Amino acid sequence: MTYTFDFSFLAEYWPELLSGLMQTAQLSILSIIFGFLLGTVLAVGRTADSKAVRRICAIYVEAIRNTPLLVQMFMIYFGLASIGFKLSAEFCAVLAIVINVSSYTCEIMRAGIESIKKGQLEASDCLAMSWWQRLFLIVLPPATERVYPALVSQFILIMLATSLVSQISAEELTSTAVRIDSMTFRSFEIYTVIAVIYIALAFVFRIGFWALSQLVFPRLRRLGTPL
Amino acid sequence: MSPIVKLNKVSKSFGSLNVLQGVSFDVAQGSVVAIIGRSGSGKSTALRCMNGLEKINGGEITVCNHHLHQNVTKAQLRALHLDVGIVFQSYNLFPHLTVGQNIMLAPKWVRKQSKAEAKDLAAEVLGKVGLAEKFDAYPEQLSGGQQQRVAIARSLAMQPKLMLFDEVTSALDPELTGEVLKVMENLAKDGMTMVLVTHEMAFAKGVGDKVIFMHQGKVWEEGDGEILSAPQTPELRQFVGNGL
Amino acid sequence: MLTSFQIQALLVAALWTAGLSLIAFSLGGAVGLLIAVMRVSANRVLRAISFTYIQIVQGTPLLVQMMLAFFGLSILGFSIEPFTAASAAMVIYSSAYFGEIWRGGILAVPKTQWEAAECLALHPFQRFWLIIVPQGLRISTPPTVGFMVQIVKNTSLASVIGVAELTYTSKLINNSTFQPFTVFSLVAVLYFCMCYPLAWWSRKLEDKLNVAHR
Repeated sequence: MTYTFDFSFLAEYWPELLSGLMQTAQLSILSIIFGFLLGTVLAVGRTADSKAVRRICAIYVEAIRNTPLLVQMFMIYFGLASIGFKLSAEFCAVLAIVINVSSYTCEIMRAGIESIKKGQLEASDCLAMSWWQRLFLIVLPPATERVYPALVSQFILIMLATSLVSQISAEELTSTAVRIDSMTFRSFEIYTVIAVIYIALAFVFRIGFWALSQLVFPRLRRLGTPL
Repeated sequence: MSPIVKLNKVSKSFGSLNVLQGVSFDVAQGSVVAIIGRSGSGKSTALRCMNGLEKINGGEITVCNHHLHQNVTKAQLRALHLDVGIVFQSYNLFPHLTVGQNIMLAPKWVRKQSKAEAKDLAAEVLGKVGLAEKFDAYPEQLSGGQQQRVAIARSLAMQPKLMLFDEVTSALDPELTGEVLKVMENLAKDGMTMVLVTHEMAFAKGVGDKVIFMHQGKVWEEGDGEILSAPQTPELRQFVGNGL
Repeated sequence: MLTSFQIQALLVAALWTAGLSLIAFSLGGAVGLLIAVMRVSANRVLRAISFTYIQIVQGTPLLVQMMLAFFGLSILGFSIEPFTAASAAMVIYSSAYFGEIWRGGILAVPKTQWEAAECLALHPFQRFWLIIVPQGLRISTPPTVGFMVQIVKNTSLASVIGVAELTYTSKLINNSTFQPFTVFSLVAVLYFCMCYPLAWWSRKLEDKLNVAHR
């Protein structure tokens, strides 16, 4: 092997990588927040009394889960542009990822909601709680706590999947790498560097989600046992 | 004084199974009524009907001036639940909340009490069941008997006019049963109107102002605690005989 | 609308997608089983190696793995064949996830099974391969099949290094027809037809397993 590795481009380009990293983090957090909210609404719909509502949510979820994110992204970016909606690549990226992650969040949250025992619902009814109070006080908090690890795994996958937005020329870490590659031709080196950055970011996200769990699940913080 | 609870020819079926067949009885204000009977006699169903957890198929129930019938609405049930507390066999405490939070929840969100008010109230009812020091514990850290006492406190915090108890000691060891029964006895002394489905014959006889023996979905025999000493029907005689 | 030639091109591309998926299932599955066994091994070094492998693969985007495989193979002196690079990336990617899924399955086999096997005087090696691994794999069939859906969908990323599979071909056709909704909807339907049966099967398996465990 005669190849010599050359990482010297880093000296010149690290500020760009740093801003790419920040864009990836921003994109991920936005997508996770809105994807979680939409997914939770869908999960409530999936467990609703109305059969029509359940059916509509199920069709949405199955359609999204069984097609690639990349194709969804192309459809939104090129498709909306073709019918006259000129939206920024970044907006289309967040929109596509939110739609995608919501379908996964929906299935995870549904499992959580279905794990709530009937006795809990009866108890809250017997305390004269309204439907909303029951949902937000009795059903969603323990449901979320129970499926939190699965949610975190899904959110990390979504953070990694934001790399796909480089394919619709939105700005983030991977598209920064593509650009640096085209100027320096140190392809293997630059992708190795961003691979390391992604690993670090995944690690930071895990710690962040752990800290968040300590903040929002007081029972978990005190006892440390799964619910 | 008119009775606080009145069941009039109540019937209830699950599919082809007729669990209640024309059940009628009254509960007087401030009294303790114990419903006894074999499993499958319909006693728990009768209790659940009184709180609207099961919809009845026929007859009518009046509980604290709320009328329950076949077409009762959700709003009517909610109004009923403001006046009637229930304690379940399986506690049904909310596992993600501390004892204090379990108790304060409904006063805060349903009764719209301030946090301070709710906290005072929670401390008070928790004291009544003898668990003041467990305010910040989580349900899973408590014994079954303690969890059941918290469940009683949670109901009490809604200041109900009537309390229902559905086999609240059936899941407990004998020594834990005692502590729960003690709490219930104190409630009775304070003048709380209570209807309980129970297997504890001694408790039914000692604390109950009225004992109702249910058999095959009907009120088979009814009277004060003495009916347990002198049963009129062979079914109750056999039931008591097995129990003692 | 699309010409019959374009539709034909999409169907051929779907075959490449299927082919790439099959390579990832089979080779990725084989490597994944090795990873799973290393993960539960008594040997600390093996455990550490497999753990690190999984952390690296699961911590980086598949897109970056595609790029690294593509450029890495050329550094190693192989001619750059996009399909080979994509296959390598897919095998590495899927092996890490299979490894983690099957480790979970193996660990979910009750301790009593180990004890029972021991009482039958089975050698540790036999206990593991005859009693534990088959049960572990059985427990993890639903998530395994579920992950196959992810594999089929993620072969779409091979498009970025120029493998002429479904997504790449659809992009080419879109560039010449400018009918993004038609083209990408059709492609989405093709993916759906490959993925939905797997998703459905996974759910059936899960229901069956839940009933068996009740």
